[in-house]
Amino acid sequence: MKSLGEMLLRKEPFSEIVMGDTAIVRAMIEAGVRVATSYPGSPTPEIAEAIASVPFDQRPFYFEFSTNEKVALEVAFGASINGHLSCPFFKSVGLNVAADSFVQLSMMDLLGGMVIVLGDDPGANSSQNEQDNRHLARLAYVPIFEPATPKEAYEMFLEAADLAKKHHMPIIVRLTTHVCHAKEKVGFGHWEPRPLDKTSRFDPKTGCYIPLTAATVYPMKRRALQNIDAVKKYAEDSPFNTTVDNSNKERGIITIGLPFLSLMDTLQFADSKPDVLKLGMVYPLPEKTIVDFMASHEEVKILEELDNFIELEIKSLAFDHGLKTKILGKKDAEDWIGEYVPEKVYQVMKKTWNDLLPETDFSPKGVLPSPRPPQLCPGCGHRSAFYAVKRALKGTDITVADIGCHTLGYLEPHEMGQVLLCMGHSTGTGSGLSLFNDERKVVAFIGDSTLFHAGLPGIINAVFNRHNLTLVIMENGTTAMTGHQDHPGSGKNFNGPTDAISIKKMLEGLGVNSVRVVDAYSQEKLTEAIKEAVSEEGFSVVIATHPCMLKFTREQRRKGKGVERQVSVDKEKCEHIYECLKVFACPTFQLMDDGSVITSKELCIGDGSCIQTCPVRAIGYQDK
Amino acid sequence: MKLDIFVIGVGGQGIGLLSETIIRAADHAGLTVKGVDTHGLAQRGGMVTSHIRIGEDAFSPLIMPGLADMVLALEIHEALRGLNTYLRDKGTLVYYSVSLQTLNVRLGKEKSVTIDDISRECKMRSVKEYAVSREVPDPRMQNIAILGTLARERLIDSVEPRHYEMALEDLLSGKVLELNLNLFHSILAD
Repeated sequence: MKSLGEMLLRKEPFSEIVMGDTAIVRAMIEAGVRVATSYPGSPTPEIAEAIASVPFDQRPFYFEFSTNEKVALEVAFGASINGHLSCPFFKSVGLNVAADSFVQLSMMDLLGGMVIVLGDDPGANSSQNEQDNRHLARLAYVPIFEPATPKEAYEMFLEAADLAKKHHMPIIVRLTTHVCHAKEKVGFGHWEPRPLDKTSRFDPKTGCYIPLTAATVYPMKRRALQNIDAVKKYAEDSPFNTTVDNSNKERGIITIGLPFLSLMDTLQFADSKPDVLKLGMVYPLPEKTIVDFMASHEEVKILEELDNFIELEIKSLAFDHGLKTKILGKKDAEDWIGEYVPEKVYQVMKKTWNDLLPETDFSPKGVLPSPRPPQLCPGCGHRSAFYAVKRALKGTDITVADIGCHTLGYLEPHEMGQVLLCMGHSTGTGSGLSLFNDERKVVAFIGDSTLFHAGLPGIINAVFNRHNLTLVIMENGTTAMTGHQDHPGSGKNFNGPTDAISIKKMLEGLGVNSVRVVDAYSQEKLTEAIKEAVSEEGFSVVIATHPCMLKFTREQRRKGKGVERQVSVDKEKCEHIYECLKVFACPTFQLMDDGSVITSKELCIGDGSCIQTCPVRAIGYQDK
Repeated sequence: MKLDIFVIGVGGQGIGLLSETIIRAADHAGLTVKGVDTHGLAQRGGMVTSHIRIGEDAFSPLIMPGLADMVLALEIHEALRGLNTYLRDKGTLVYYSVSLQTLNVRLGKEKSVTIDDISRECKMRSVKEYAVSREVPDPRMQNIAILGTLARERLIDSVEPRHYEMALEDLLSGKVLELNLNLFHSILAD
């Protein structure tokens, strides 16, 4: 087996098939990053997986999963003003969490420089929205590189690191989901390990680091704007601005990132191909390059994913330069929605210039099976918990979801969790729902990693303001949804053992007077606990605990222990009540054409959490 | 050479390994290749797909719907979905005929997809069909049954069995590698 860790540390150049996230790690190493930080979130956890492949004692930089993105950014900031090149990375909506600190960065003299790797998610592949973070970056005066491929991700990171170090500033490398996860062969450069210089370089006089009133804020802001000007000059000469010359004087297209690749696939269907200008940076824009391109074409289409970010800039450039070029931007709301995958770009380009492309139908042929959304795994403690909680509530009661595996409880048949904003919102939202609400009980859910990430302020508020609701903490001991990263309650961090924070003690310390802890598999007990909790006045917490069974079975398998027993349905006893299929809904249960129920040998992990749900006790273990 | 392969299955079935093995095998055979897994919320039980694009003219790692030359499916419902969303007419479908019911089937709202359903659709669209039902020692090795079929039938031009072996050796080690290679070889001999 090829060792990723060994490869990432090679001194000599090499090429290898890697995904974008992995290419970023080699770039971090070559660029001399000293401190990297993150909070897990798709599409970036694979960056940390690649880091994990390098043994701790050989890792050329320090890495931690921080408790949330804001803290991750602050740790990276502290390292940077102390002289170290740092690299925080997280998903799209993570930037919202980090925003309060993020917007200050460009005003600070970041002695060591900082490259922020942002995993945006056009298409909302695994996020609660598809926000366009280019707006936030511009708001904070932070330049953005936008790679289209793993190769570009690697190369642009190196450029970004150079600029960041040179100007003591933060720079974003904005990846999108299918740049993070795309795999291709990337040629990597030479790595010259530099000994770690432990000199602490933080000096309050280096820059002003205390923004307070106009007297200090104005010069700090001026610094940020001067840096943007400096990067604008770089953007103009950047090797990442490329043109595809099809000798078309009439039509040109300006594009960037992954949509460029979709465009190139699309244009293979076009007879008369427009010229294409692909940009390397989205902010600041290379003005002269763009003006020259526009001036040499009669019509220019701006092809960009999500919002009309560069379109507005380019239109204002055209105005300033008195250009007569017809600029074709987004036409309707659909152009603002969804990932610019090849078929989307085909349709957008067809809508732009109808004669450019032949009619094509991308819709499915024939019938399709119904969708297969992600669902709770066989043996998942959350399933048992939802099953038990539902029995304790009336149909009219209100349940509030949060982010995590347990969000999937909103799907039928559980339908637990009816409203969702973002990480950690559930207690706050639930508190608001409980106001002027004597009839309907309010139950909020939160996972344990999310609890540490952003859940505490809502809980403290519920105690502080005496809100009347029940919070169910779905504790599985890990950050399951993103690939089982440890969290402050796990007893381990990325680098080794640490003291586990006890959730129960923490809550008691916060002044939560009503805390119950029940194993999620003890469904009757859990139902009783919820009934008691919701009948109390005030704020109560029930911790429904059970280890993540996907993690558990994987660990067992690594130890050479497979699934030792599985359940089966006794046909003689089964009365076709379908509690297992339609209410408990473990995917192991399969409905046969004759109405009988069987269990899948592919799926059953033998946890037995289903056995107690059968009203006629038809489910039982069948030893292998 | 240009070949677009769309891979589809259910989370937990080992799509990632199957797809990366093919990408690496194509690379070992000297072909230009790229790909991407589109796992979304990477949970067991959801639909998982992967795109593989062989050839110099492939830019995006993603294939346009209806234009894949080949669909590999690890499950029968997903085989029908892959066939009707991504495969072009006269393309090739290779699928493992295990059934993992969708939620609607389990709730009794919809009938299960059968091998006959797939065959009918394939005939209508002149698709070459390989239904793989070979027993494997462990359900998590169903992906190797697909890989073995690809290799045995030489479904990717210029990618030879040894290239798949080299790819497996890149990705696996020890007992797991041995078990997978044994299965791979025995399928080659089928």
